[in-house]
Amino acid sequence: MRPSLAAKPGPQPVKIACRNLWKIYGPPLKRDLAPGPGADPEDFAQALRATGRIPALMDASFEVHEGEIFVIMGLSGSGKSTLIRCLTRLIDAEFGEVRLDGEDLMAAKPRDLINIRRHKMGMVFQNFGLMPHLNVLDNVAYPLKLQGLTRSEREARARQMISLVGLEGREDALPHRLSGGQQQRVGIARSLAVEPDLWFLDEPFSALDPMIRRQMQDEFLDLQRRLHKTIVFITHDIAEACRLADRIAILRDGRIIQIGTPADLLLRPADDYVAKFTADISPSSILRVGDIAEPGQDTTGAREVAADQPVEALLADIATGTTEFSVLPAGKYGGGTLSAARVLRILARQNDGTDGA
Amino acid sequence: MMSRLRLSGTALWSLALFVCLALVLLAPLLPWIAAFPRDLQLPLADWANLVLNPVFSTLQPLGRGFASGIDIPLRWLRDFLLFVPWPAFAFLLFLVALRMAGPGFAVFAMVTQIYIVAVGYWPQTMNTFAIVLLSLPPAILIGFALGAAGHRWPRLEGPLTALLDLMQTFPAFAYLIPLLIVFGFGPAAGMIASVIFAIPPMARNTIVGLREVPVVTLEAAVMSGATPTQLFWTAKLPAAARQLLVGVNQTTMASLSMVIIVAIIGGFNDIGWEVLSAMRSAELGRSLLAGVVIVALAVTLDRITRALATGSPNGVQLLPDRALAAVLGVVLCLAVVLRLALPGLDLLPPGVGFATAKALDAQLLDFVRWSDPVFSALRDALNYGVILPLRIGFAASASPMVWGFTLQPWMIAVYCIAIAGTALLLFRRPAWALLALFAGLVCYTGLAQFPWPCVVIIALLGAAQVRGLGLVAVVLIATLMILLSGMWQPFVQSLYLTAIAVSICVVIGGMIGIAAAENDRVSRIVRPISDTLQTLPQFVFLIPALMLFRVGEFTALIAIVLYAIVPPIRYVEHGLRGVPGHLTEAAVQMGANRWQLLRDVKLPLAGPAIRLGINQTIMYAISMLVIAALVGTRDLGQQVYVALGNANSGLGFVSGLSIALLAIIADRMLRKS
Repeated sequence: MRPSLAAKPGPQPVKIACRNLWKIYGPPLKRDLAPGPGADPEDFAQALRATGRIPALMDASFEVHEGEIFVIMGLSGSGKSTLIRCLTRLIDAEFGEVRLDGEDLMAAKPRDLINIRRHKMGMVFQNFGLMPHLNVLDNVAYPLKLQGLTRSEREARARQMISLVGLEGREDALPHRLSGGQQQRVGIARSLAVEPDLWFLDEPFSALDPMIRRQMQDEFLDLQRRLHKTIVFITHDIAEACRLADRIAILRDGRIIQIGTPADLLLRPADDYVAKFTADISPSSILRVGDIAEPGQDTTGAREVAADQPVEALLADIATGTTEFSVLPAGKYGGGTLSAARVLRILARQNDGTDGA
Repeated sequence: MMSRLRLSGTALWSLALFVCLALVLLAPLLPWIAAFPRDLQLPLADWANLVLNPVFSTLQPLGRGFASGIDIPLRWLRDFLLFVPWPAFAFLLFLVALRMAGPGFAVFAMVTQIYIVAVGYWPQTMNTFAIVLLSLPPAILIGFALGAAGHRWPRLEGPLTALLDLMQTFPAFAYLIPLLIVFGFGPAAGMIASVIFAIPPMARNTIVGLREVPVVTLEAAVMSGATPTQLFWTAKLPAAARQLLVGVNQTTMASLSMVIIVAIIGGFNDIGWEVLSAMRSAELGRSLLAGVVIVALAVTLDRITRALATGSPNGVQLLPDRALAAVLGVVLCLAVVLRLALPGLDLLPPGVGFATAKALDAQLLDFVRWSDPVFSALRDALNYGVILPLRIGFAASASPMVWGFTLQPWMIAVYCIAIAGTALLLFRRPAWALLALFAGLVCYTGLAQFPWPCVVIIALLGAAQVRGLGLVAVVLIATLMILLSGMWQPFVQSLYLTAIAVSICVVIGGMIGIAAAENDRVSRIVRPISDTLQTLPQFVFLIPALMLFRVGEFTALIAIVLYAIVPPIRYVEHGLRGVPGHLTEAAVQMGANRWQLLRDVKLPLAGPAIRLGINQTIMYAISMLVIAALVGTRDLGQQVYVALGNANSGLGFVSGLSIALLAIIADRMLRKS
């Protein structure tokens, strides 16, 4: 396997991380049942299943960096909701650790946890989770009310958030009067009201119609360009994951089977399962020139192209007969060369032995 | 696995059948089988008295003090309600009704107020209303607290549910006895009984409401940084509000029902007492007039409190709610000031009611005399054809006294062949065949003569099969208590009265329910009627039954049926209409006709709802037993009633507990987990 030209995720510090995280349902665990360090997680999972327990999350480890959009992708039952709830401590994991800003979140006392949630975390839910008895303004102001802010303070902040998500004029509406898209805007505004650093989104757009979903994804990216949150985003939709993610973790039956950029998953899938997922994705919109460029600078006179351009941008030139591109370093990508034949092979998913997949 | 279990069940039941048959045949030879030996009976009621009476007399000073304490606000409230001139009250009610349930209901409320004044029952109505009003806050608060505790500590929920079951099924007359001893005759005892009876619906709805708050709402609140206390008050409680208000509605109706019932102790000049005393002196007109007042009161309270829970979709909002409250306050103050200025101004027309009642009485008597042949014929037909045979059995019914001929051996042979033939026809469904054989056996001897060990065996086996050892223990304790206390005969009377009433209700109510599910026009007619029947205090159902059929067991049966027929109607319709459209569409597409659709698709799918309906019917019927005892039965209800008359706490306790256990066992057997 040839190393990717894509630089490793930035030098940003780690915001939240988990290591060897296990969530187990079923009868209470006995003391002798614990995952041995360095042992195969599958062995421990077998031991659990043999005693009538269900490992919903097995040995999950990853780090999310500041300002990164980290997407956890998996089908229903893969454990993605369990994973995000372990990170927020809505449920407690049995084994492993979760660190927020380097501090052990699993050891946080109830009082500390409430303070962390009040100031550092925001969360958006698949089914919105709006308070049915509160109007839009009060729903958005709800976290601030819990903190004990005065009515004028919290309403001023809530109004800001409402205008941020474009719901001005609907402040007095009750949730059931709103469309699904509007309800989720309220959910987003509420989760941002406390100005958290860390933003959890649990399948935020899955309950919406496809057209609305696309629009909300665009707005979400737009918000993130302005706010620079650290984001953990859950979805079952690979297209959504590839559109939004800096990095994606693929979850299957409670285990993370691959973590990588969308291009990594596309070009170097860890196994057939991941490959099957990415088969439906159009590579030209996901891949950047730098993702598929080859090292070297010998092609003088070739057409020059910036490495952070989408591969799509090359197609017009290829159609008019260009055969070689000189890739210029841009953003996190280095320079190199790229032949039209290679572009077409990759788009046709006929990778030539020199490439991993 | 499944089939083996069923097979062993069949084998077990077959064995039980043979044992029962043997016992029936042996009964004439062994008297202890026919009747539980008297020597073995224990004076349980006296023992209960020995324990209970000292406790009650110790509590007495405390209770009496408490009663006089309650008496003060109650008297104030009654005096105040009577002090406000009735037109002002009626106007206030009109405004509230308009806001809560729309113009149609507002007019209804207004008209009923005028009616109440016209028939001369205004003071009695206000007295009843005052007791209900005063018993509501404690019932709601205690119910809410119990429910919240049951939700907070899930381990409490089991015992709590058992306690609530007991509070709702233990006949009020039975716990009225100790209340009377401790708190003395007076409204306080009635009020406390009403509170006890009205707590369970609030507690149950609180538990359900809090439990059914969506998880995502709670997660959202937790992630917003809610402390456990904030989580309860700002997320759970508001999200459960609708269900809590349903609880308030049900609690209000339960309270009213009980206030009417406890009128039996007399002495607070309320509307329930009016009906009761009219019935006792056979003044049909007066009891009808007063009964209508109760109906009006019940419907009004129900519609207003129900609108709280449904968010009054039909209500007309003329003014913002605060302005409306201000208007109500001002009108009330004006009325009070006016009355203070003119003390004689009660505006109640004197003596109207009495004359109306007399006139109505005469007309009703005429009607009853004129219609008597029809109703007598109906009563006799059912009496001789169904009730007596079920009680004394085919063997005794086929006598010159009852059916006009003597029992010949060939008749018994024909009977046996018919039963055996039915069972053979059903051989593919062993459970049904066994049921037919058991029914044949019971109908031969009659329930009253059916050997008690057989009843015990059947009950224990049923309990073991449906629910396991826990229920077996309850059945064992209940049967032992009933046998030892010598209440077997009254118990069997209760059993067969309930069985007949429930059968009638399920057949007739089920048919009405099917008709309502299949036909929208029928549904539109039936629904408001069953809604109304459901809100009425149990007491009211005695009035028409008594009018048409006079005192007797049959009248009691009719009253029970009238009260308990609503659940099958509702649940059958609800269940049938709840069958998913795509399933009926699929069946129609495959060529099912209407009858096939009903039999093969809708009824099986509506099964759970229908079973719940039958369960409710049994509960309703059993709770009506004690009330029906007022018009003459010989069952456990009568025992409770007798105990009340003699202030015999022990007898009340034992017979009341028997009824409660009967209800709880029936409930557990039907409510498969």
